[in-house]
Amino acid sequence: MVEEKKGRGQQKAQPIEVEGTVRELLPNAMFKVELDNGHKVLAHISGKMRMHYIKIVRGDRVKLELSPYDLTKGRIIYRS
Amino acid sequence: MVVLKTREEIEQMKKPNRIVAQILDELAAMCKPGASTMELEERARELTLQFKVQPAFYNYRGYPAYLCASVNEEVVHGIPRRDKVLKDGDIVSLDFGVIDQGFIGDAALTVEVGKVSAPVKKLLEVTKEALDRAVEQCRPGLHLGDIARAVQSLAEGNGFSVVRDFVGHGVGRSMHEDPQVPNFGTPRPNLKLREGMVLALEPMVNMGTWRVKVLDDGWTVVTEDGKPSAHFEHSVAITQDGPLVLSQRN
Repeated sequence: MVEEKKGRGQQKAQPIEVEGTVRELLPNAMFKVELDNGHKVLAHISGKMRMHYIKIVRGDRVKLELSPYDLTKGRIIYRS
Repeated sequence: MVVLKTREEIEQMKKPNRIVAQILDELAAMCKPGASTMELEERARELTLQFKVQPAFYNYRGYPAYLCASVNEEVVHGIPRRDKVLKDGDIVSLDFGVIDQGFIGDAALTVEVGKVSAPVKKLLEVTKEALDRAVEQCRPGLHLGDIARAVQSLAEGNGFSVVRDFVGHGVGRSMHEDPQVPNFGTPRPNLKLREGMVLALEPMVNMGTWRVKVLDDGWTVVTEDGKPSAHFEHSVAITQDGPLVLSQRN
């Protein structure tokens, strides 16, 4: 039985999108975000949001992407 | 990681491969006009039981059958179907594998159904010859690229093309081991062949374009232009004395 050639049609693991509330501001534009499911994750602000000087303060509702490899770290992609 | 096999292990791998060759022989004889590929599948199941071995393909990454039966423009991984009935002039690639004592035997051939047209016959001959030439390259000190070159030069020299999205593979205790064995040249320097490697060489040669696509069933690979494709496969051990074809048919 032939094998599919490596690198063909293999999709990169997609990030998981979730929402949460900012609980704590940390140095270096990092945040502790509490997800709606109760988990607390360490999140940084996405480069695009940094470029546009989107400020994030405690209590903000945010949308984040979690890496499927490490579900304790995320990237904030939207402030609602 | 490339797994090298000891002489004893290579000796053990003969059994599943010979069984595969024997079963393929029997299935090939059944490829007559009017037979459906599901009938071949059923016979393959019976024979697997008779030889007291396990199927290697069934449930492999969810594959739903014991046998791959790929008709005409189907390149590989054709799932046997009741309504896939062979006609005079068809070609059908039979790819089959079993597990015996933990070792996998894997081989394939393409069979003519009734009388096939001259160009199709040529396609089969060239593909078979390409496999033979590939086998000849299985010597310690040569490279994976030598296998690829043997297949590609012959196939393209005859105006055919070589499938690129699917490749041969190392075989042993699992069906797909490293290294991958492409049938076409790649620019990167490639692996040196060593004694103890066991490779499943499987040139897939297309009449038209080398481009292929996978059907919605997630398995069946067909040529993009709908022209026929041929496929032959042997599992070959690399020994000090050269290639040892484990899945040799009589």
